[in-house]
Amino acid sequence: MAEILVLAEHDGETVKKVTTELLTAARAHGEPSVVWTGDGADGGRARLAEFGAVKVYVADSPDYADYVVAPKAELLAHLVEQTAPAAVLVAATSEGREIAGRLAVKTGSGVLTDVTGVTAGDSGGLVGEQSIFGGAITVQSRVRTGTPVIAVRPNAVTPEPAAGPAEVVPVHLDISEAAKTARVTGRVVAERGERPELTEASIVVSGGRGLGAGENFALIEQLADSLGAAVGASRAATDAGWYPHQFQVGQTGKTVSPQLYVAVGISGAIQHRAGMQTSKTIMVVNKDPEAPIFELADFGVVGDLFKVVPQLVEEIGKRAEG
Amino acid sequence: MNIVVLVKQVPDTWSERKLRADDSTLDRDAADAVINELDDYAIEEGLRLQEAHGGEVTIVSMGPEKAADAIRKALSMGADKAVHVTDEALRGSDGLVTSTVLANVLRRTGFDLVILGSESTDARMGTLAAMLAERLGVPQMSFASKVETDGSKISIHRQADYGYDTVEATLPAVVSVVEKINEPRYPSFKGIMAAKKKPVETLSLADLGIEASEAGLGASATEVVSFANRPPRAAGTIVTDEGDGGTKAAEFLAARKFI
Repeated sequence: MAEILVLAEHDGETVKKVTTELLTAARAHGEPSVVWTGDGADGGRARLAEFGAVKVYVADSPDYADYVVAPKAELLAHLVEQTAPAAVLVAATSEGREIAGRLAVKTGSGVLTDVTGVTAGDSGGLVGEQSIFGGAITVQSRVRTGTPVIAVRPNAVTPEPAAGPAEVVPVHLDISEAAKTARVTGRVVAERGERPELTEASIVVSGGRGLGAGENFALIEQLADSLGAAVGASRAATDAGWYPHQFQVGQTGKTVSPQLYVAVGISGAIQHRAGMQTSKTIMVVNKDPEAPIFELADFGVVGDLFKVVPQLVEEIGKRAEG
Repeated sequence: MNIVVLVKQVPDTWSERKLRADDSTLDRDAADAVINELDDYAIEEGLRLQEAHGGEVTIVSMGPEKAADAIRKALSMGADKAVHVTDEALRGSDGLVTSTVLANVLRRTGFDLVILGSESTDARMGTLAAMLAERLGVPQMSFASKVETDGSKISIHRQADYGYDTVEATLPAVVSVVEKINEPRYPSFKGIMAAKKKPVETLSLADLGIEASEAGLGASATEVVSFANRPPRAAGTIVTDEGDGGTKAAEFLAARKFI
């Protein structure tokens, strides 16, 4: 069976959920070989084995964290040349897509981004499903030149465990000077506490203009915490400074596709819908019965969010105890 | 400073956007055409850097003839001149071809900084800045929510899910911007009038020394196998709060096993 390279997303030893999704997708079409950059592979290996990794190429160098994107692309290009895989899968995060783009240029290959599912094509090869124009159109695409580079949307593939050997293969590659021109000098982490990351979360609770003031986002956070959810915000809310920009869901913000999306005080302008339209279940709370977002709702409450949301939080609490 | 800002005309998100039935390419005639939203922020950043460091802001765009409207808008904000690459053979070009063409143009114009939006609202790949940095062999300073430069060194805040990284490099460099970076100015009436007289150089593939066979849909490394309109969502249940809205919502969540 052909090898498929899977670029691991991890935080030190902690393997991120999207990596288990990539392994699940890869397993259906070849033998997944994880590519692990930086440290933590010894600790992460067990999780990779749990999801079927056959090999784990480990390139333990600080270069991958110290310089933006280019070293990872260079490593992948090196491994593509060495192993002639059937495809390279990466997570469709901001960084992942950039790695995919540079790798595509280096190897003269086609690249598919934001793929929500990978299937076998009729004439061999892989077909990637993409949801475009805010979810209005579903496209089946394939790469016809080079080694397919496929960036898979987080939370789109359901991870399924299946044991694999996860044999560690150290890789020593001197990264070229050309790949070390954008140097990371520091990191500033915004406080998110224990909440899940927005694009990885299975439940997202978002707040919008209807909240009226920044301090009212505490209500959104309360509801999110009662559901173990991530917090999102509409553009109106982030433009008003009520919540930081990296939590914005929408056309110029994040695209999310969680199991449950709860929109509170959000009217549902198309640029917001473009960021959440493919959520599996959508719940809406808004006092305006004409708000466009109700068109997307599986369940909607027309009412004052300052009454409805606290009642909902209370009910969730009661059910959790009972 | 020699500042080049890349601009793309895209179908308006507020219009219905479609793919052509004959070749699955974007139907650019079906919807209103507007300048890509993040490009306004890129133009604004270019203008601010020009105000601080002097020099020129050149707009570069690859697109059909009517992309000239997007270029004029950029000029009316204050950019000095433009280069419009337009050729029927470019229709349906993928990211690899687009980055090849734009890199070619950028080598001609030269640059201290190339500034572009981090993502376009139609293709939404977010790969152009990275591809250009790769082709041009210059630092990739992407997802910038803040840019600082003294004319020879540059540092940015690179936006990430967790917050941001500080990144440094020397010029020349490619910078892509996110919405947080600034507030784009509105063109003034004077700016709109002045834009009509600003020079726009039009280039075809032949002018760039690129063969038609190396561009367009035929040269694309990816292809659409099929596409379909997503089936409309089944209508949901909408209730009006009569003192029990939150309770009913909780019942829904329980029925769907979220709580």
